Amino acid sequence: MINININDLIKGWDRNTIASKIANDLPHSSYVNLGIGMPELVSQYIKEDREIIYHSENGLLGMGPSPNENEIDLDLINAGKKPVTILPGGSFCHHADSFSMIRGGHIDYCVLGAMEISVTGDLANWSTGKGIPAVGGAMDLVAGAKNVFVMTQHLTKDGKPKLVQKCSLPLTGAGVVSRIYSDYAVLDITDDGFKVIQLNEDITIEYLQSVTDGNICQ
Amino acid sequence: MQINKIKKDMTEILSDVFDGATIMVGGFGEAGSPIELLHGLIDKGTKDLTIIANNSGNGRVGLGALIGQRQVKKVICSFARSAKGVTFPELYNKGEIELEVVPQGTLAERIRAAGSGIPGFYTATGVGTPLAEGKEEKIFNGKKYILEEALKADFAFVKAETADRYGNLTYNKTARNFNPIMCMAADTSLVQVKNILEPNEINPEHVITPGIFVQSLINIENPIIETNAIEEGMTYP
Repeated sequence: MINININDLIKGWDRNTIASKIANDLPHSSYVNLGIGMPELVSQYIKEDREIIYHSENGLLGMGPSPNENEIDLDLINAGKKPVTILPGGSFCHHADSFSMIRGGHIDYCVLGAMEISVTGDLANWSTGKGIPAVGGAMDLVAGAKNVFVMTQHLTKDGKPKLVQKCSLPLTGAGVVSRIYSDYAVLDITDDGFKVIQLNEDITIEYLQSVTDGNICQ
Repeated sequence: MQINKIKKDMTEILSDVFDGATIMVGGFGEAGSPIELLHGLIDKGTKDLTIIANNSGNGRVGLGALIGQRQVKKVICSFARSAKGVTFPELYNKGEIELEVVPQGTLAERIRAAGSGIPGFYTATGVGTPLAEGKEEKIFNGKKYILEEALKADFAFVKAETADRYGNLTYNKTARNFNPIMCMAADTSLVQVKNILEPNEINPEHVITPGIFVQSLINIENPIIETNAIEEGMTYP
């Protein structure tokens, strides 16, 4: 069992750097769903050479940024129930249509946080097994989106690997993750293990393997 | 004689709602939540309800208040954990209210299926997770799916923006959410609406819920805004 002294950890990319890497990998004219929290940062790093259309699962396609204080409309919110705006070309739909966009494979990318990701692409991000169980739209997103990107710290706050041989927490989906963006590396899920696409310039492959509970390959 | 689904007051629109009923409650968080109809149900005192909704209420207003009055025995929802939730966690932690967790898209599809006469469907959502336990599995084109059953209700409580006396409805922005499909899936849909127009005043191209899915309407011109009500410390009753 890997258990690292958190004081000995090498500092990885900050969350803005991770967000900009994801933003770079979203192609022009993609339909994208950004999960609540850290993934929302991604929209700030989209370059001007492309246009991305954001989907919010509560029935909004073409979501824009947060409104100014005087423009808040509590009937115009995102999946995190925060006030947002709608951009020109946007549309509203009811919940079944909105989830048909997800479940029918029309959303090109979703970006979600993670508690654990297994070497076979299983994702656990909805339940610690304690408290009131609440899943929201996460299971639909991972089952339906064409590409599932995970944005996460490589280790938990206690220094335990989040990239694991087998998830110990309740799954959100089995074999659903396409790519992981952590503070240490960008990794694809492959038959041979977690495949390094990009390695943080301050760490080695050996170090990455030492903080990952599952095979790292190149 | 003309068709007129507009009821004169809360007592009349809620007259058929009975103890033990299953009620779909529209809204996503506060957007589109029929707070006045829920408060009407508190005044009426209807008990042992099963509520189907996306969330489980905030503060002690609307659905949060109904749960706080112990009128609800079970909640079927996707997300029963919210920053401003008070009453559901209190009862849940004491084991005094049941919860069925349903993924949000599966919840929406189960509701739409019921409204469309489809008793069940297969979906990839939830496969390999604890929420698939006990559900029939089937392989289509080499991929595993689980069977989910339609979700019906005796009543739908819905909030809309504009209606005419036939029950044609339009909504406001993301306050649409579950409301249209709940109108379809319930035996009786009760709708609170901000504006009532003449039948020729809603463009037929703009109708979101055709009147066939709506049984009763009540005009609530200035509905409570949940965020403001909670900030002001409102509790109901």
